[in-house]
Amino acid sequence: MSTVILQTISLYMSIIPAPIVRFYHNTASPPYFYNLSNKLLPWLTVIFLLLLGYGLYGGLYLAPTDYQQGDSYRIIYVHVPAAWMSLFIYVIMAIAGAIALIWRMKIANVVLISSAPIGASFTFIALVTGSLWGKPMWGTWWVWDARLTSELILLFLYLGIISLYGAIEDKRTASKAVAILALVGVVNIPIIHYSVQWWNTLHQGPTVTKMDKPSIHLDMLVPLLVMATAFKLYYAIAMLQVAKIEILKREKNTQWVKQLVETADE
Amino acid sequence: MNSFDEFLAMGGYGFYVWTSYGIAFVVLLLNVVLPMMQRKQFLRELALKQKRAK
Repeated sequence: MSTVILQTISLYMSIIPAPIVRFYHNTASPPYFYNLSNKLLPWLTVIFLLLLGYGLYGGLYLAPTDYQQGDSYRIIYVHVPAAWMSLFIYVIMAIAGAIALIWRMKIANVVLISSAPIGASFTFIALVTGSLWGKPMWGTWWVWDARLTSELILLFLYLGIISLYGAIEDKRTASKAVAILALVGVVNIPIIHYSVQWWNTLHQGPTVTKMDKPSIHLDMLVPLLVMATAFKLYYAIAMLQVAKIEILKREKNTQWVKQLVETADE
Repeated sequence: MNSFDEFLAMGGYGFYVWTSYGIAFVVLLLNVVLPMMQRKQFLRELALKQKRAK
């Protein structure tokens, strides 16, 4: 049975164009990934800062005051992109975990474990800014409703992945364990997303993804989408920074790291 | 000046808005700065080890 599956997979693999295969193998190599990160980081940083600048200007200054919530709604420009990122990063980690388990790709595991602190940070930001928005609007810092509770569980998942990886001495076993945990935890993602529809809640329903008729003014929507894009770039930047140190630690006894240390030392 | 004060006041919600932005800023900054410092430190340690080994 398993040989049939493997044969089918390799048959499909053989129709993948050669440049893509080469890219896959290159990226899978730690020194290539390290150098690629160094090349990408300045560009990512410049685009990120431009988008962030425009997003903040648009969100804090250009966007009109909300007729119901006054200026308190401006928290949306941090809160919603952060909440989106908390889900997005978890999905990336689950995919990376699957790739690491199926194809034993080392870099996929580096991406998984390097994403965890950033995902945890975005989840924390979503919770704290939500609380700071809830206090003036709902009159309470916290309610144990479905949206808030499932997002809190997401924070614990991230922290669980980080501490599980830190607790297991043998890093190969640790890598496998976190990949499995990341995959299992992914069931929480649709629960968070649909929580505002499945359960009665204080949390407002979706304002942006009602694509046919978004219930948000365009001058308010544009900065939100710009901020969301800026946060995506930020994730790439921060993840690559963590991945670089993670790769160095894993590869410290290899020739290319020794060379890197020597050239950096001169 | 007056309009800048108004901007900071955020229609009375200044505390909530600026605390949100402030916390997000600090957390996101740490996520980039800490690994960069960690990497410099790690490379320094490796360089020291390699010198001793020679």
